[in-house]
Amino acid sequence: MSRGTLIDLLYLVSATTFILALKGLGSPKRARLGNGVAAVGMLIAVVATFFTRVDGHALHHVLLIIIAMILGVVVAVPTARFVRMTAMPQLVAIFNGVGGGAAALVSITEFVHIHSTRPATYVTLEVLLGVLIGTVSFSGSAIAFAKLQELMTGRPVTYPGQQIINALLGGAGLVLIIVILVSGQTTLLWILLALAFVLGIAFVLPIGGADVPVLISLLNSFTGLAVAASGFTLGSNLLIVAGTLVGASGILLTRLMSKAMGRSLSNVLFSAFGSVITASGASGVDARPVRSGSAEDAAVLLSFASRVVIIPGYGLAVAQAQHVLRELGEELEKKGIEVVYAIHPVAGRMPGHMNVLLAEANVPYEKLLELDEANSELQTADVALVVGANDTVNPAAKDDKNSPIYGMPIINADLAENVLFLKRSMRPGFAGIENELLYNPKTTLIFGDAKDTLTKIVGAVKAG
Amino acid sequence: MGNALLQYATVLMLTIFVGIEIIAKVPSILHTPLMSGSNAIHGVILVGAMLVLGSANTTLEDVLGFLAVVLATLNVVGGFVVTDRMLEMFKAKPKAPTPKKDEVSS
Repeated sequence: MSRGTLIDLLYLVSATTFILALKGLGSPKRARLGNGVAAVGMLIAVVATFFTRVDGHALHHVLLIIIAMILGVVVAVPTARFVRMTAMPQLVAIFNGVGGGAAALVSITEFVHIHSTRPATYVTLEVLLGVLIGTVSFSGSAIAFAKLQELMTGRPVTYPGQQIINALLGGAGLVLIIVILVSGQTTLLWILLALAFVLGIAFVLPIGGADVPVLISLLNSFTGLAVAASGFTLGSNLLIVAGTLVGASGILLTRLMSKAMGRSLSNVLFSAFGSVITASGASGVDARPVRSGSAEDAAVLLSFASRVVIIPGYGLAVAQAQHVLRELGEELEKKGIEVVYAIHPVAGRMPGHMNVLLAEANVPYEKLLELDEANSELQTADVALVVGANDTVNPAAKDDKNSPIYGMPIINADLAENVLFLKRSMRPGFAGIENELLYNPKTTLIFGDAKDTLTKIVGAVKAG
Repeated sequence: MGNALLQYATVLMLTIFVGIEIIAKVPSILHTPLMSGSNAIHGVILVGAMLVLGSANTTLEDVLGFLAVVLATLNVVGGFVVTDRMLEMFKAKPKAPTPKKDEVSS
């Protein structure tokens, strides 16, 4: 077997491990193993690449490659090990961004390398697409990171004529690609690079904090496609397979997320959702009475229940209260009360984020129910305990056609006998929408910081 | 258009379908690890970065290729480490009271 064939074979092994890793994610039991298998597959691919011959000679700059890798490892490992789980979305955003940047750089470098040989038009097209998509992913992820890390406002940033300007930028990119293809003017590549950079920023600015999870998923997909484009340019099946897998996964996940919010993808991306506090439902409802109670009242209600459904939202993570919540669940279980958690798909700051936060707090994953399961469970529940969630339990999504969240599937907390709503204040949630559930006769509000309140409830449950 | 291009396009098409099939089966509880895991997988661009730096002839190519390898390494290593850390936390309910229970409880 020749050296080239052997290396291609190893690449095939590597590509297979990536598919196995995604397959492993079908269940929490095998997921970690799958990830490990893919990491080994990646290592095999990297080692094999060191022995590749390009244009009949061994790789240049082996030392330089190793130095660059060490640099990357030294930065990546501590960051990945020590970042807090609440900061996971911005970390994924930034790792995704650097991947997009790498893909764009690979395409550019290859183009610089081959452009004197007048490559075929389709090769140039692959390069240009790789540069465009990779760069948009890079600068877009950087802005998404800034939004999630609160380095800038999480609200949509809008200005007059924004959509027209964005459309013009996108159009200019396409025109530029055609001009480069026809004229072969390679210096225009740098203009395309700059344009893509600006486009990525302009594209992400009007997207609000709560929609950023959908965006990250989409940008992840972009990076995958940019990698696949590089794979075409370099003639690497491995890059095409891996890039396309990620591209497909990102697009699928993006659609699932939009669906979970009851909105179309274009609405998520282009409507600057949440920039305006809507007038819907705000007509004097705030004057209505609500029933509020103390932590002790809550403890009594919970202690006498036989089934409790906990509905956590991102506010739980903000208050760092997931550990106290798990403690409360355990205390209730000691009393023989059945406790489960209802997880809305968009709870948290990225798809499935709430599951990770609760897993970190040692909540067994069997107790985490998806939307449909949770809603059937709620029909027989005595208490629904809402902690740090708001829009995901808002009945306006079902009843109020004028509500901006109308059509979003929600957790029907009002199906339970009683609703305990832990809330910092009467302030509406992210979307700025009044929540009818607060005025429901079944509902008792417990005001205060989620962590303090939960700690008090745990104390009272233990004492009672 | 060469045979090679057609072969790559074939791989692309088949992979799209494989990808959608597999990913549709991932439960929503694992969507965050799915994102970070697939994020790690597109870090395979590291192979591309090694190839371009390894065949670089000019200083410009050296610099761009070097940057590409650094960024790609960040992507791949960070992606796998963080995914592993997350998946490690997903535990099933302990079947019987385990002896290590006393170590941590206060």
